[in-house]
Amino acid sequence: MDWYKDSVYARLVVRRAILGVLTLFLVSLVVFSATQLLPGDTARAVLGRSATPERLEALRAQLHLDDPAILQFARWAGGLLSGDPGISLVNGKPVAELIGPRISNSLVLLGLVGLFGIPPSILLGIYAALRRGRRSDSSVSVVALALAAAPEFVIAIGLILLFSTVVFQWLPPVSMIRPGMSILDRPDILVLPVLTLSLVCFPYIFRMMRASMIEVLESDYMEMAKLKGLSPARLVFLHGLPNAIAPTVQVIALTFAYLAGGVVVVEYVFAFPGIGQGLINAIATRDIPTIQCIVLALAGFYVAVNILADVIVVSVTPRLRARAWQKP
Amino acid sequence: MATTSFRKAKRLLSLGIGTVGLVLALGVILLAIVGPFVAPHSPLDFAGAPYQPAGDGLLLGADSLGRDVFSRLLAGGSGILALAAVATIMGVLAGAIMGVAAGYLKGAFDELVMRVLDVAMAFPQTILALLFVSIVGPAPWLIALMVGVIHAPQVARVARSASLKVADADFVLFAETTGASSWKIMTREILPNIFDPLLVELGLRFTYSIALIAGLSFLGFGQQPPTPDWGLMINENRIGMAQNPWAVLAPIALIAVLTIGMNLFTDAVSRLTRARSAELNEAEPQSQALDLSSAGSAR
Repeated sequence: MDWYKDSVYARLVVRRAILGVLTLFLVSLVVFSATQLLPGDTARAVLGRSATPERLEALRAQLHLDDPAILQFARWAGGLLSGDPGISLVNGKPVAELIGPRISNSLVLLGLVGLFGIPPSILLGIYAALRRGRRSDSSVSVVALALAAAPEFVIAIGLILLFSTVVFQWLPPVSMIRPGMSILDRPDILVLPVLTLSLVCFPYIFRMMRASMIEVLESDYMEMAKLKGLSPARLVFLHGLPNAIAPTVQVIALTFAYLAGGVVVVEYVFAFPGIGQGLINAIATRDIPTIQCIVLALAGFYVAVNILADVIVVSVTPRLRARAWQKP
Repeated sequence: MATTSFRKAKRLLSLGIGTVGLVLALGVILLAIVGPFVAPHSPLDFAGAPYQPAGDGLLLGADSLGRDVFSRLLAGGSGILALAAVATIMGVLAGAIMGVAAGYLKGAFDELVMRVLDVAMAFPQTILALLFVSIVGPAPWLIALMVGVIHAPQVARVARSASLKVADADFVLFAETTGASSWKIMTREILPNIFDPLLVELGLRFTYSIALIAGLSFLGFGQQPPTPDWGLMINENRIGMAQNPWAVLAPIALIAVLTIGMNLFTDAVSRLTRARSAELNEAEPQSQALDLSSAGSAR
């Protein structure tokens, strides 16, 4: 266990991971008890008023509704741990098979946001820091404030109005694909969802980058570097950025955690075949095993990215990193 | 007294873009409150053909069923606003009580509150709110409760750190020596002195409440048809966006102006109070950085 004692770093990861597992356990308890809250008889609530007694009985047997709640929870949690989240109530297929492709579609979406949405936000933050106090700085800042306030669906519908219906008709307003097709076959359907989510992320990343860059630019070592006659580009990107990036990287991670909720609305607006739209569909059809599984998957993503954010902060902050490798 | 409040008002007006935001937000709020009484048509009656374009007696045209968009717009904001107000007040009140008590009493109670808050913040709150609302049904009390519960931990953190700063101040120590009860000290001494950050929280929380509640009703988990509601209107009329864009554009614009206006105003107020507190006690200036924790998980 020497590595554990030696490194604050490893200790941090282990502690956060244990906390994360604990959180996920609590979330799964909440998710399970929420579905127990269905008013009246769960089977009837799922099947509706016109259900026949035979079908009600069959569903009760399938969901083990007559067992005690603890046993139901244990069976469900056990199934999840062994990779079997149950059978969809809508079409009788395994839930894992239904949401697997949706998860990868959503991850593609988030990956593209990271690739195309994050760098411009960082660059604009640096630009605003360099021009702080001037008109260009304050106007970008006001735009960021506005984007931070506007709900995701407002941004999404605004983009649809602008780019796919009323003003221009450049891009498809919905991101639907035929069954069996990959979303990567149709890059055009990805543009608006990626743009929306990027605009949702922009204000937080931009403001953090701007604030920490301003702090670095006013430091003594930057003054020194300037006096040495370094070129502005070298000054900003080689000396400034590495010192200013740490808080921004944490914010980027936190923003992605937050997107676990944001994708639900945005995917719904664009009918994008991801996990968020899957959740809304499952809710509409009262497909309880699917709802439970998707909520837990989103929660798992949220918890994991939060842990990642903590770890990243330590690894990109030179001061903390030094402490992490010091022997106590 | 009159001069100080006048000065306060004058300073608020000198906020520039913040004033613009306040005027915009108040305009939308006024429209939502007065709107239902001045609407030219009933929001539920048919006034034209489905997706009839603007003109011909209908200022903003007709919606998916041929109802007057303008009248539905005037009637469709009060529900969201009322719910957002209730949720905000509940969340800020609960958070302030927890935060002030933790910050003043300190010790084991503080520790307990902070750990509970940590757990609450580790939860993906928006997703869980969606889960509950979708399962129990779109009851207004549940939506207000859920949004309030989402706000409370964030407010509690702010209230706690603000209380910690004044908990050892001379006037608190003086009140303690006079034998005032903890309750009295918290309500009479601490609370008035952390009013500024709480006010900023109130503005932020109200903005996020509107965004959250409008989002829920857009997803169909808020007011149910045929009730006029901005979020619902946007979803109902999406298909006819090409024929009558106003049916979507108008509610979108109102929600955007309201939330953006509120945020511009709150931001200006927060910069003002921060500058003032830095001026007053030369305490370490609070970080100018964005309060992501509140912004992110609130929504």
